[in-house]
Amino acid sequence: MTVHVTSPSPSLPPPASSVGVIGWLRENLFSSVTNSIFTLIGLFLIYKLVPPAVNWALFQADWVGTTRDACTSDGACWVFVGVRIKQFLFGFYPPSEYWRVVTAFSMVGVLIAWLLIDRTPKKALVGAFTIFVYPVIAYFLFYGGAFGLPVVETYKWGGLMLTLILATTGMFFSFPIGIILALGRRSSMPIAKSISVVFIEFWRGVPLITVLFMSSVMLPMFIPEEMQIDKLLRAMIGIIFFQSAYMAEVVRGGLQAIPKGQSEAAEALGLSYWKSMTFVILPQALKLVIPGIVNTFIALFKDTTLVLIIGLFDLLAVVQAAFADPKWLGFSVEGYVFVASVYWVSCFSMSRYSQHLEKKLHTGHAR
Amino acid sequence: MTAAQAEQHNSDEVMVELRDVNKWYGDFHVLKNINLKVTKGERIIICGPSGCGKSTLIRCMNRLEEHQKGDIIVSGITLDDDLKHIDTVRRDIGMVFQQFNLFPHLTVMENCCLAPIWVQKKPRREAEATALQYLERVQIADQASKFPGQLSGGQQQRVAIARSLCMNPSIMLFDEPTSALDPEMIKEVLDVMVDLAHEGMTMLCVTHEMGFAKTVANRVLFMDAGEIIEENEPNEFFDNPQSDRTKLFLSQIL
Repeated sequence: MTVHVTSPSPSLPPPASSVGVIGWLRENLFSSVTNSIFTLIGLFLIYKLVPPAVNWALFQADWVGTTRDACTSDGACWVFVGVRIKQFLFGFYPPSEYWRVVTAFSMVGVLIAWLLIDRTPKKALVGAFTIFVYPVIAYFLFYGGAFGLPVVETYKWGGLMLTLILATTGMFFSFPIGIILALGRRSSMPIAKSISVVFIEFWRGVPLITVLFMSSVMLPMFIPEEMQIDKLLRAMIGIIFFQSAYMAEVVRGGLQAIPKGQSEAAEALGLSYWKSMTFVILPQALKLVIPGIVNTFIALFKDTTLVLIIGLFDLLAVVQAAFADPKWLGFSVEGYVFVASVYWVSCFSMSRYSQHLEKKLHTGHAR
Repeated sequence: MTAAQAEQHNSDEVMVELRDVNKWYGDFHVLKNINLKVTKGERIIICGPSGCGKSTLIRCMNRLEEHQKGDIIVSGITLDDDLKHIDTVRRDIGMVFQQFNLFPHLTVMENCCLAPIWVQKKPRREAEATALQYLERVQIADQASKFPGQLSGGQQQRVAIARSLCMNPSIMLFDEPTSALDPEMIKEVLDVMVDLAHEGMTMLCVTHEMGFAKTVANRVLFMDAGEIIEENEPNEFFDNPQSDRTKLFLSQIL
């Protein structure tokens, strides 16, 4: 006769070797002979590389001073960066007008933070302000020419300021243009479709360097003197078109991943094409391709360094120019490390925010 | 709505009329000379083997599919290339899909309010009140703030029905509404549909639920290879099928 147990047996704690520090080490670092060897090699490399790098950059570095004589130790000479920092940030913008740049960036910083942080009120209003009003304010702050602000020609713009202006305008315009192009490419209307396809394939098929070079060297030859457009503006348009093409393909990937039933359901409810796109398809498609969108943004941000070939002094170009200063010869490593860390911090922040956004927008549907 | 009112709705007013409708997918002739008249309050069940064109037939009625020949007239409006006609018809005709097709990024409540707010231009409050009323009717009001992904298949399908009803349609199309459901969830969806039928809704339903067909249908259509082969009252249809193809089909599914 068999015995039927009616109550479930109690859960037992897991064996000690599978939990805690030892369990973690065993599972992740020493799970097999090969893995143990790799772990040891890794530890050895960390030991060999990290302490010297930290020593150079932090503990043995020189931080204060005004001339190269302050740099006496073996470590990095951050005095170089410190002395030049204003130029690195503002390029050749007149120092008396620095406040305008600072104001413009502080404003956009507050606006973006307002929009990105979850618990702030009146997001729609602030968003509309950021999209429609802020760009006008920023234009007059940076360029001047109204409200008693003296004009600062764009050739004086440079450094981190120029990098950020190029990157934010690039993102600001390439995102909506990319969405329109992606919709156009999937449209059943032949004209919209062919325009989109030609645009995307053209801009995606040429290197950004060529685009910038054409915009700064070739274009002026074909346009009469009085119709010349500002060089920075031409570069901006080049970057925007180039990145829009990439953005369009990323967004198209998302659109294609949405099941046909979604747009059918929207149609059956009587939603028009644009309403169905706005409320049903795009929110889902864009959410799916957040990694791709951020990838494109990060690429765009770093690609702005290419403007140095057409003589615009972005952050990298300004720092490289400083290497030529006879008083500061030989500090290129510090300069490059500084530039690299600025780029890394910016790109890493974008990446982290995108991960947060993905989690926040996940509504638990299985697909 | 009372039963008496529901009776009154069974008038001769023609809600959907198809005249010699033909449709091709490329070379494939999927609908052949379909003629059909649906009067107000009628409940019509469409069945047939897979690929016979039954889904295509009802999807033509709200222009999710385009027919190439013949006329489709819904609530007095002819479906043609005029987008205004299509819009008007779609506002008056609700549809429930096999795969539910709820919008996964919106809550149940938002799913129900989207079209009333943006198509009918109802104020949000009013739309939400209506939605709640319909969600209560399909007994799912307590889940209103959840996302579709958190609901079972049967619950999702009931939300989909409520979402269609929120537009206050006078005709409902059901495209195999229970085919994607686990057996124990089929009943909860069918119960909702039976209620709807008793209230006098004009319904066209593609389904293989023959018990349901017997309970609610006024007419059963049997389709095969793009044609309506047989059309009869449910009892006659099941007990006394005329054509051989119908007999074969019924012997396979019953």
